[in-house]
Amino acid sequence: MNNVKAFPTSAKLMHWLSAVLIICMLFLGVSMIQSLATWQNSAIKLHQSFGVLVLILVCVRLLNRLFIQTPALPSDLSAMQHFAAKATQILMYLLMIALPVSGWLMRNAAGLPVSVFGLFELPILVDAGMKAYGFYRELHGVVAWSLFGVIVLHISAALHHGLIRQDSVLPSMLFKFRSRK
Amino acid sequence: MSNTTDKSGSMKKRYAVIFLLIAALVFGFLYAAGLFGGHGTTAQQFVNLQENNKPQFSFRRAHAKGVCLAGEFVSSGALAPYSTSEFFQEGSQPFVGRFSIAGGNPLAPDLAAPVRSLALSFASDSGQRWRTAMNTPPVMAVRTPEEFYQQIQVLTPDPATGKPDGEKIKAFFAAHPETAAFTQWKQNYTPTTSFATEQYHSINAFYLINGKGQRQAVRWAAVPQASAQPMATDISASDRDALQLELAQRLDGDTVRFALMVTLADASDDENNPTIAWPAERTSINAGTLVINAVQPQQGGACDGINFDPLVLPAGMEATADPILNARGSAYAESYRRRAREVLLEQNAAGAKQ
Repeated sequence: MNNVKAFPTSAKLMHWLSAVLIICMLFLGVSMIQSLATWQNSAIKLHQSFGVLVLILVCVRLLNRLFIQTPALPSDLSAMQHFAAKATQILMYLLMIALPVSGWLMRNAAGLPVSVFGLFELPILVDAGMKAYGFYRELHGVVAWSLFGVIVLHISAALHHGLIRQDSVLPSMLFKFRSRK
Repeated sequence: MSNTTDKSGSMKKRYAVIFLLIAALVFGFLYAAGLFGGHGTTAQQFVNLQENNKPQFSFRRAHAKGVCLAGEFVSSGALAPYSTSEFFQEGSQPFVGRFSIAGGNPLAPDLAAPVRSLALSFASDSGQRWRTAMNTPPVMAVRTPEEFYQQIQVLTPDPATGKPDGEKIKAFFAAHPETAAFTQWKQNYTPTTSFATEQYHSINAFYLINGKGQRQAVRWAAVPQASAQPMATDISASDRDALQLELAQRLDGDTVRFALMVTLADASDDENNPTIAWPAERTSINAGTLVINAVQPQQGGACDGINFDPLVLPAGMEATADPILNARGSAYAESYRRRAREVLLEQNAAGAKQ
């Protein structure tokens, strides 16, 4: 058992950066596919570019986890709660990888590359084809809604720990500011 | 007051805070996703209207009937001073194309369609992409996607009579004076007996960007090199596929050619308004020749899986802020998504039966 109380600053920074990016991307994604407004053309380009950033960020976070000590869950949690906490965490990581990757593949299946801020393009991984496009396009939507659902669970659980149980879980991911006396 | 009621009161407040935060997040997301409506005309509504309750399985929702083409663009290089795009440097680039007729019915009679189209898709070896979908009218009737939606609505046949309501059409055009250039074109336009003898227009304007970063607004047209003539005697004008048969005959041992004429806007032209024709005295540059050398049925053809989204542009070209042009992206994407989903489900169902 380790006795660290909080995540290291690197993990906190990347967690909150991913949170902001992913929630913005989810809102942008569901809006832009309906919009006929002029901004949606730029929105799709930004969505691709930021999607690549999210994918890089998730990979760096996973790598980072190999090198850091993460705080243990409170010992008074039930086995069921332990399992739920671990399972949602693993599911979130899987979805955070599947979301940008399915977006990348759906672009390729439509015969188009993913362009990153107009600077460079990602390699084409699959051949163009309607069936493949249908698969990756629907997958992208299902993964997006699933990730949103898991994020809602994650935030609910975090607030439950922080406001109701008032245990060590929420503070372990918050930045500590020096209290003024 | 006892300590316990104080504590339970504060707990209730804490639960309320959690509930409100989560509710705001969930409702915000559902609102953004359009579950409560209220975003004006959407891409989904547009494609629903085009389907008109009769979605044609796996076919395009607009311009459902067409044929695939193979050919090449032989660029003259004359546009090179205006755009860095490799497609406009001297040389040739292959394309996959499609001739089509307007409407959502893949079995419609060719000669009855009011509008014909030529779409092209380029993919260079260096990874550049350019797609364009050109139509016979040189201008749009209206300026915005909302007005275009209303225009299609009034032109859609009334389910009771099977015909569009003439009074509603008159009222719509009267209420939209910007339709004048479109109406004038329609009055003077006589459809020819061939896809190869029509002129196809970009309608919307685009920017060409040169090496110095200068932008030039342009529109382009594919101008036929063959002249219109009476229909070949062995093709009946009542044949549903008259245009496709004529094209196959024409391409038997020959090519079909169009000059790609690119018109430069001047300072007085509004590149964001697709309802106004630019004056004939504007400079036009012959960018090269589109040479079509083969035709192929669209089912299983090379063009079938291509979404001819005119916002797919190479380096050296950019979209203008024309509201109709920018709306085409998400409307085309929604049509493409529905078709692709149908292809996916159909093939899985076919696989399960075996």
